[in-house]
Amino acid sequence: MKDRAMKSPAPTDAVVKPRKPRHNRLSKIQRAERFTVGWFLLPSLIGMLTFYIVPFIVVIFYSFVDSPINKEFVFFENFTRILKNSAFQDACANTIRFSLTAVPLAVILSLLLAIVLERNIPYKSNLRTIFLSPMLVPVASIILIWQVVFHYNGVANEIIALFGAGPIDWLKSDYSQLVVVLLFVWKNVGYNMILFMAALSNIPRDVLEVATLEGASSWQIFYKIKLRYLSSSILFVTLMSLINSFKIFREVYLLTGKYPYDSLYLLQHFMNNNFLSLDYQKLSAAAVLMTIVMIVIIGVLFLADNKIEEDIEE
Amino acid sequence: MSKQLTLDQQRKRRVFNKKKQVFLNWLTFFIIAVFAVIFLLPTVLTITNSFMSTTEISANYGQIFSNASSDAKTYISDKVNLKFIPDMVSFGQYKTAFITSPAYLLKFWNSVILTIPIVVGQIIMAAGASYCFARNRSKLMNAIFFVYVILMLMPYQVTLVPNFLVAEWLHIKDTYWSIILPGIFAPFSVFILTKFMRRIPVSVVEAAKLDGAGEFRIFTQIFLPLCKGTIYSVAILVFIDYWNMVEQPLIMLDDTETYPLSVFLSEVNTNDAGLAFAVATVYMIPALLIFLYSEDYLVEGIAYSGGIKG
Repeated sequence: MKDRAMKSPAPTDAVVKPRKPRHNRLSKIQRAERFTVGWFLLPSLIGMLTFYIVPFIVVIFYSFVDSPINKEFVFFENFTRILKNSAFQDACANTIRFSLTAVPLAVILSLLLAIVLERNIPYKSNLRTIFLSPMLVPVASIILIWQVVFHYNGVANEIIALFGAGPIDWLKSDYSQLVVVLLFVWKNVGYNMILFMAALSNIPRDVLEVATLEGASSWQIFYKIKLRYLSSSILFVTLMSLINSFKIFREVYLLTGKYPYDSLYLLQHFMNNNFLSLDYQKLSAAAVLMTIVMIVIIGVLFLADNKIEEDIEE
Repeated sequence: MSKQLTLDQQRKRRVFNKKKQVFLNWLTFFIIAVFAVIFLLPTVLTITNSFMSTTEISANYGQIFSNASSDAKTYISDKVNLKFIPDMVSFGQYKTAFITSPAYLLKFWNSVILTIPIVVGQIIMAAGASYCFARNRSKLMNAIFFVYVILMLMPYQVTLVPNFLVAEWLHIKDTYWSIILPGIFAPFSVFILTKFMRRIPVSVVEAAKLDGAGEFRIFTQIFLPLCKGTIYSVAILVFIDYWNMVEQPLIMLDDTETYPLSVFLSEVNTNDAGLAFAVATVYMIPALLIFLYSEDYLVEGIAYSGGIKG
């Protein structure tokens, strides 16, 4: 554990100088403090190690051996095997496509909603509650209702029939991803909106007032001020939506089972099915590849977050 | 331009602008309200349909759930009707669900004893861990925090195999501990709480230390009270997440008797839609109560959740 106070160069400024000895004296205490504070992490860390970190190391191990019983080291064979596997390729493509549509959509729509609801419109708080309500509906009834709406003889087809369009078997067509994206947005927009509303109310009032006094248009205020203050919230909401976009497997699985229509076959299906067929190496290799991608994404988000912090402090 | 206007004209313009604003606000309200109604439909549908009789349900949705009871088939219409108001309010579904077959009550209880320990445990563990991450910003701790964030993002399927093996190794497979323990240590709450605790100014800690408070007192008497709102909002999110769990019990538990209602509900769907609506309505009640009681916490608790590093 490195100590920041020790590392920082001795201040030469006359005003700061008297503080120097105090800092040095504190650093020993600080070091002890950092150690004491560690006890608070210990229970959680032990649990994390047992249930998440060690299991994950086991996953990495499995991805490099031929089978969990034989345990013979095969280098990257499992990886080349799944990379050539067409089911895995489809699953990757579908997962990426789903996340790339659903996440931005959920972020942008909720931001728009938050901005609209921030205005002085009537029944503001009731509307807020209504948009949050999908969070409460049990997954099972969501499935039931989505089945009623998007069945071949369902409501969605009756509606498009009014416009003269032919019936579509939604969940067994190329529209199936759209149906799931709709479900995702419906479920997540409310919570994202709340996050944005909180962020909007944290923008310093005086900055907005000065901008208005200087004759900035409301578009300029939005683009140059609000969006800048919101940028770190946008990152946070993106991250939350990304987490939730992986949880959509639950709904897809319940709606369409283990082997859904091609465009709904997600990475989680691939892993789940390999688990059931006891092909642990394939599952582990897929998991490791997915983790690498996640680390890259998180890394980029962290860097972006650093940039934004500097930007606001300027 | 406004300089050339007389006072009267200025006043008129102000009144006009105000009226325009009010009009625009109502206009946005109506547009948003249309969306709001669409958002609310599934919830309302679940509740109202739970009061329909079995025959009415199969008449409306028979097409979808045609493997339902065969004697009802004669009433099935060729189109699926989405009906909001039952022809006749019937409590039959509720009677079947909770009096005739107490199995549902049992599953409901299973859900309760699975979810409550996870929520309470996860908050306690996360509060401690977050306190450490907030007070100790060394490189090592930041690296551990990064690991927590990455593991938070992983879908359940990634650690499916090892979780299964760990459960067998600890001899907790087929018991609730195999679901509760991983739930307690799930990193989601740590992430949110750390972000909040890191915003508590150092000066607060310094002041407490000058007053002779130890780490444990700073934690329980300063950090926890300050985080109350965030803790509530995280607890709600964790509750909703685990209240609806499906994957974990299917993997970890062999005995279907011990399944929580969420798993049971997703299976009952295809057999008896009406019953599913009634059970789902009851299943919504705990979440609804928590939500109504603490919606403001949900809103306030995350007021500082900008950024991802914390």
